[in-house]
Amino acid sequence: MNLRSSGTQPVRLEQDVVLARQTARKLATECGMRLIDQTKLVTAVSELARNTVVYGGGGDMDWQVLEDIGRVGLRLSFRDQGPGIPDVRLALTDGWTSGGGLGLGLTGARRLVDEFDLQTAPGEGTCVTITRWT
Amino acid sequence: MAALSSSTLEAIQAQRTQLLAEWTRDLEDKGATRNLKEQELQQQTQEFLQLLISSLQSRTGENIGTAGWDEIRLFLEKLSNSRALLGHDSQQTASFIFTLKGPLFALLQKHFSDEPATLAEQLWVVSELLDALGMHTIRTFQRSREAVIKRQQEELLELSTPVVKLWDGILALPMIGTLDSQRTQMVMESLLQRIVDTGAEIAIVDITGVPTVDTLVAQHLLKTVTAIRLMGADCIISGVRPQIAQTIVHLGLDLQGVTTKANLADALKLALSRLGVSTVKAG
Repeated sequence: MNLRSSGTQPVRLEQDVVLARQTARKLATECGMRLIDQTKLVTAVSELARNTVVYGGGGDMDWQVLEDIGRVGLRLSFRDQGPGIPDVRLALTDGWTSGGGLGLGLTGARRLVDEFDLQTAPGEGTCVTITRWT
Repeated sequence: MAALSSSTLEAIQAQRTQLLAEWTRDLEDKGATRNLKEQELQQQTQEFLQLLISSLQSRTGENIGTAGWDEIRLFLEKLSNSRALLGHDSQQTASFIFTLKGPLFALLQKHFSDEPATLAEQLWVVSELLDALGMHTIRTFQRSREAVIKRQQEELLELSTPVVKLWDGILALPMIGTLDSQRTQMVMESLLQRIVDTGAEIAIVDITGVPTVDTLVAQHLLKTVTAIRLMGADCIISGVRPQIAQTIVHLGLDLQGVTTKANLADALKLALSRLGVSTVKAG
């Protein structure tokens, strides 16, 4: 698996969610993803970026364009130094929310991508990494 | 704070021409003269130095907020506005002032070469003064940029609330762009208000122009549908494209209680039939 390009951009404010989505859409188009895959990935980015802003108190988004045999992928990480998630199993339950949302953001994002990884500990922030292949 | 000594002022006045030449050269070296005509720059540097000397001569002290500095502040405000229009960034704009430091410090160093204590003191005063003027330039530059952004934001808010009447009793709201943030709130409020004003029975919310439907957008939509129903009207969501539909399914969103259509035409047809209106081709 080769790394074609990578980068980082801040996700601190509500407006950064829009910028994160735009970056993801641009990258997904460059990877040659179909419209449906693009839409799924961008929606997942929207959910995770908003979680970073609302629950993580702001953080960063790292992106990597990966190359594998016969396929191209986009990997995105959302890092924050927020309070972390005390109960990961609960957080990954449909309909559960610690805020005022629908409680489908994190689980929905997981269903929208090919690979999903969640690293978190109370007080140590959260890092969610998603990958979608063409 | 120490004041600028008359000896410094005299030195600046005496070597004005040389100071100007060095300043202009440094500005060009730094690339702060991009898109700027040579003549224009010459005129600006000359005018600035002239204003600086006359402000210093009037002995109003080194606080640039006072009346004695009015002219120079006005000049800098005009300067940063014109730079903003030329497409310069804040750094290029501010370096107009900060570049003067080099030649001016060299001049002072020569002038006070046998009085190190005075040199240090005068350097400090001049440095403080130029910093304050530079900061003023940046502040003005920033303000003119912010004014542009604010105007655009307001224009966008205006743009995004077109509730249109499609038929007697049928309203349509074509949503465009991002559906998070307070913009949605405003749009929804105006829709609800129009329902009251027109006594409409059916409202169609068209999301063809919304690129991303995530859980927050869905939540806004659901809240709108609920609010419209509470007012006794009915709501149809149209413009659900295939990719959006699939994404909604994967997200696990439940829109079962909501009437949705793929496009606005279908939504209008449904609305008309609910109102008991039938359309026939003439002839």
